[in-house]
Amino acid sequence: MGLTDIAKMLADGTKDTLIMVLLSTLFGYIGGLPLGVLLSVTDENGLKPMPALYMVLDIIINITRSIPFLILLILIQPFTKAIVGKSYGTVATVVPLTVAAIPFIARMVESSVKEVDKGVVEAALSLGAKKFTVITKVLLAEARTSLLVGVTIAVGTILGYSAMAGIVGGGGLGDIAIRYGYYRYETEIMIVTVVVLVLLMQLLQWVGTLISKKLDRRRG
Amino acid sequence: MSFIQIEHLSKTYKGKDDSVHALNDINLTIEKGEIYGIIGLSGAGKSTLVRCINLLERPCEGKILIDGKNMPELSEKELREERRKIAMIFQQFNLLMQRNVLDNVCFPMEIAGIKRKEARLRAKEYLKTVEIAEKAKAYPVQLSGGQKQRVAIARALASNPEIILCDEATSALDPQTTGRILKLLKQINEDYGITVVIITHEMRVIEEICGRVAVLDKGNLVEEGPVSEVFKNPKSKAAKRLLLTKELSEEGEENGLN
Repeated sequence: MGLTDIAKMLADGTKDTLIMVLLSTLFGYIGGLPLGVLLSVTDENGLKPMPALYMVLDIIINITRSIPFLILLILIQPFTKAIVGKSYGTVATVVPLTVAAIPFIARMVESSVKEVDKGVVEAALSLGAKKFTVITKVLLAEARTSLLVGVTIAVGTILGYSAMAGIVGGGGLGDIAIRYGYYRYETEIMIVTVVVLVLLMQLLQWVGTLISKKLDRRRG
Repeated sequence: MSFIQIEHLSKTYKGKDDSVHALNDINLTIEKGEIYGIIGLSGAGKSTLVRCINLLERPCEGKILIDGKNMPELSEKELREERRKIAMIFQQFNLLMQRNVLDNVCFPMEIAGIKRKEARLRAKEYLKTVEIAEKAKAYPVQLSGGQKQRVAIARALASNPEIILCDEATSALDPQTTGRILKLLKQINEDYGITVVIITHEMRVIEEICGRVAVLDKGNLVEEGPVSEVFKNPKSKAAKRLLLTKELSEEGEENGLN
């Protein structure tokens, strides 16, 4: 394999990884954001305490979060196949990544929303705001910096998970690292792949921090 | 019938093993357009009482009649509408930290469904009323305590209320700023005819702007009447103690100054 081939392979791998990670983050938030809000709202100190519902959600989330990602990946293969038609490759990996991301994102959203000062919530209620208005205009709006920090953490974690998916032919950079570096002992390719992953993570963290700082009005 | 009428109001917090009687059989009436003070030491139940008026706390027993409507009996929708007539300002100001001053004042109008353009125009007027128009674009974090409370008062005015509840609104402010905020509340009371209910532990606040006062002690209303009478001739132990604390602190201030 020539240098150009390697470069092309790495470029494709990077592209696949980015697709996997971004799609999983997106779907993860489509599921995790409402779930996290629901958790914070139904908590005993929340906007509308519903202890029974909170307990059920809490248990389900704890169970899904305690399954190691690699096991989850294999465990839900039939489900993945039912949704995307196959259980390997870049697109297929989005399914287990999303399933793993939702409960984890929900927890982060929950904790971000719970950080919002209760006094501000009370002020909004005292002004006659509907609960839904309180959620959108107070809870989510006031928590936005913390939520964005959460997005950065979520993307980073999913990036790590996506590399693991390489073991079952998941595609992307992790797949390359495992196939060449681990199975074929081509250490150089493995190192280069890992360097690319490190760079991606750095870039992501940098952009994430920049955006959340820019949007934070709590610093004078 | 009085504007605000509280009848046999009780509130008990049930714990696991014991329960705390925050309020016991409170009866009081507040007339339209007056500035009414409720004073007590911390833990007397005054915050609970004021939060029962707009039902941020649900009373266990009793009636809270506002302009004839019994608050605990209202549906959620009716309650939201009623709450728009009862603005509240807080010790910790409770402004939205991620919005600038102008947008904070617009918030109640957003809730009420007023168009953004009109809301902004009105908000600017309210900011002029509270003399902080130049800070419209600033964020709460950039303001002092007194300025934040001015914004909170502008926000209260923005819901076009008939009542303003002040929950220890000056307790986080220095004496000088307290004086200015009280003056502003008095002016709003006179200009707009808004009824003001003030919760405080400071005698001075009551003395400066209230017409009538109720003294709370351990969840009981122990004394009630015109401020001059209660101050001149306090009957309850709680009122006597509050007067004593005030004298002591004034002596302390004088000694400190000289």
